[in-house]
Amino acid sequence: MDSEKKDIREWYQTAFADFENTLNGGASLPFHAVRKKAIARFAELGFPSTRNEDWKYTNVAPLLKHQFQPVTEAPDIAAESLAPFLFKGLDADRLVFVNGVYSEALSSVSNLPDGIILDTLENAFTTHAETVTQALGKTVSYEDETFSALNTAFARTGVFLSVPAGVVLERPLYILHVSKTDGREFLAAPRNLFLFGDNSQARLVEGHYNLDGGTSFKNSVTEISVGAGALVEHIRIQDESKEAFHFATTQVEQATGSNYTSVAIDLGGTLVRNNLNVHLAEERCEAHLIGFYFGSGRQLIDNHTMIDHAVPNCESNELYKGILDDRAHGVFNGKVMVRPDAQKTNAFQQNQAILLSDDAHIDSKPQLEIFADDVKCSHGATVGELDDESLFYLRARGIGEQEAHAMLRLAFARDIFNYIKIDAVRERLEELVVERFNNKA
Amino acid sequence: MLSIKNLHVSVEDTEILKGVNLEVKPGEIHAIMGPNGSGKSTFANVLAGREEYEVTDGEVTYLGQDLLDMAPEERAREGVFLAFQYPVEIPGVSTSHFMKTALNAIREHRGEEQLDAMQFLKLAREKMQLIEMDEKFLHRSVNDGFSGGEKKRNEIFQMAVLEPKLAILDETDSGLDIDALRIVANGVNKLRSSDNAFIVVTHYQRLLNYIVPDYVHVLVDGRIVESGDKNLALRLEEQGYDWVKDNDAVTA
Repeated sequence: MDSEKKDIREWYQTAFADFENTLNGGASLPFHAVRKKAIARFAELGFPSTRNEDWKYTNVAPLLKHQFQPVTEAPDIAAESLAPFLFKGLDADRLVFVNGVYSEALSSVSNLPDGIILDTLENAFTTHAETVTQALGKTVSYEDETFSALNTAFARTGVFLSVPAGVVLERPLYILHVSKTDGREFLAAPRNLFLFGDNSQARLVEGHYNLDGGTSFKNSVTEISVGAGALVEHIRIQDESKEAFHFATTQVEQATGSNYTSVAIDLGGTLVRNNLNVHLAEERCEAHLIGFYFGSGRQLIDNHTMIDHAVPNCESNELYKGILDDRAHGVFNGKVMVRPDAQKTNAFQQNQAILLSDDAHIDSKPQLEIFADDVKCSHGATVGELDDESLFYLRARGIGEQEAHAMLRLAFARDIFNYIKIDAVRERLEELVVERFNNKA
Repeated sequence: MLSIKNLHVSVEDTEILKGVNLEVKPGEIHAIMGPNGSGKSTFANVLAGREEYEVTDGEVTYLGQDLLDMAPEERAREGVFLAFQYPVEIPGVSTSHFMKTALNAIREHRGEEQLDAMQFLKLAREKMQLIEMDEKFLHRSVNDGFSGGEKKRNEIFQMAVLEPKLAILDETDSGLDIDALRIVANGVNKLRSSDNAFIVVTHYQRLLNYIVPDYVHVLVDGRIVESGDKNLALRLEEQGYDWVKDNDAVTA
């Protein structure tokens, strides 16, 4: 086991040397020095074991059995093959990445309001060097954590979005990641940077899909800065292949009076780990962390969230729901930190799971650390089964058993989907989830 | 239409029905009356296919088929309907989606065309009027936060939409005030025809003032101990159940 870990660590170091050679001019930019430090730090940190408290329930051993190759070129895919991942009737700007590589041909961006910068990170390294250099890595450090280090080392591109103060992004921005492995096990390390100016407004939709059922390793890091009074809705739909390893870290920094909502839906992946960290750095912020996951087979879906109430008068609201079938394993670790200064904090957390099989299980760990005394905080965790009475009621009206099951599962998830305010996205997502319920393989 | 012979049913190893016989023909209304714990609800539920009930003996033939061999949804598609004593609340499923799905499942079974959303809504509105329910209930989650009376009316609404051949009303009168009782009974009476039949399971005679039964059966301790016409219900109302219980003791 330990030797396997060491071998695979060396594998990524060797892969890094090859990766450097593919960067061409990119290797001479300042960020490349950061990459080098990150791979060195990765070599020191190594992969976590379950002795590490943050990885207690999630064993990354299956990831270490593969030798994933950093992507240099993406396969061509036909525009028509994106159809299942688009939202009917939705007027959105769309950036498409294939195996983590930006595809201009598949993307479609209209005229954006003045002052908005929307580009690939790769381009932004040169076109907006100063802004990017200042902001990138400011909130997610490669020093602290293995997967962030690995992302930093192999980060080639991603999305750079900067919305100036007071600007409202009318159309949602859809960031669509599709993968097609063609039998090659690849590593993609998307790196995104979103800067929302004071009083700006935006809706982001992220989609992660697969076309051929292959094995891949996506390890992304997204840094989001939400300016004072800004309003950001961030929807994330992950429906990768059942062989995919999906690791995603999202770090959100909120300034005074800002409002950030994350709705994270996880349906695919063999091993999924989402880290969502929100830092309420200034007063009167509001954060909503909403999630739904459905696991079957031997899927492992792990949601780690951290809400840091650093100052008074902020509110956080967290609701995660999951349905687990077969031998699927869910993990929910919800940490809420209320620091000594953070009086008048309101922090609510709920996580609920439904287990459809005796072999499915959930590890649920609410972690409230409260150091202020004038606060309202609550948490609740429930684990249950589908209600037999409801099932009989539906069947007694002529609805088939399978459809009745799907209706009740969807009903369980309904309040999560209701957080998605874009009708076309919510409706498509409901269809997708019902498809998964009816054909879990 | 329905032929029940020597039906024995147990719940968790306790025998509840101990040999029930009943013949129901199209166009008939049968009332099943009996004291608490006599097995009335078990009788209603076992006909709808509730799985916790174990049939240990006897047979039930419905339209020439073995009813006991059919899944609950198959029974419903063949025209069996149970109005629940305790309708279930299902947050997150709208009444209209629920009923549209159910009706289309039944129509598909009958080889009829599916109704689209508009066609269904038109039908549902008509049926809502029949039982004097506001159509806003269509958009609310099934029974979620409904009062007792609203839930019972919703059962009759569902019956009106699905147009069963054999409807079993399990204590539909309980929890209804006088107005609601009249509305529910009117709804049932409007749905009566020479092709369908009703089994009205009730503790009290009051619903039978409005829904006049052709036959009244008294269920005591898992057996039908007395059968008669509507006058039997009146006698039970006046004299209670003790005399039939005694009667049972004599004949047993």
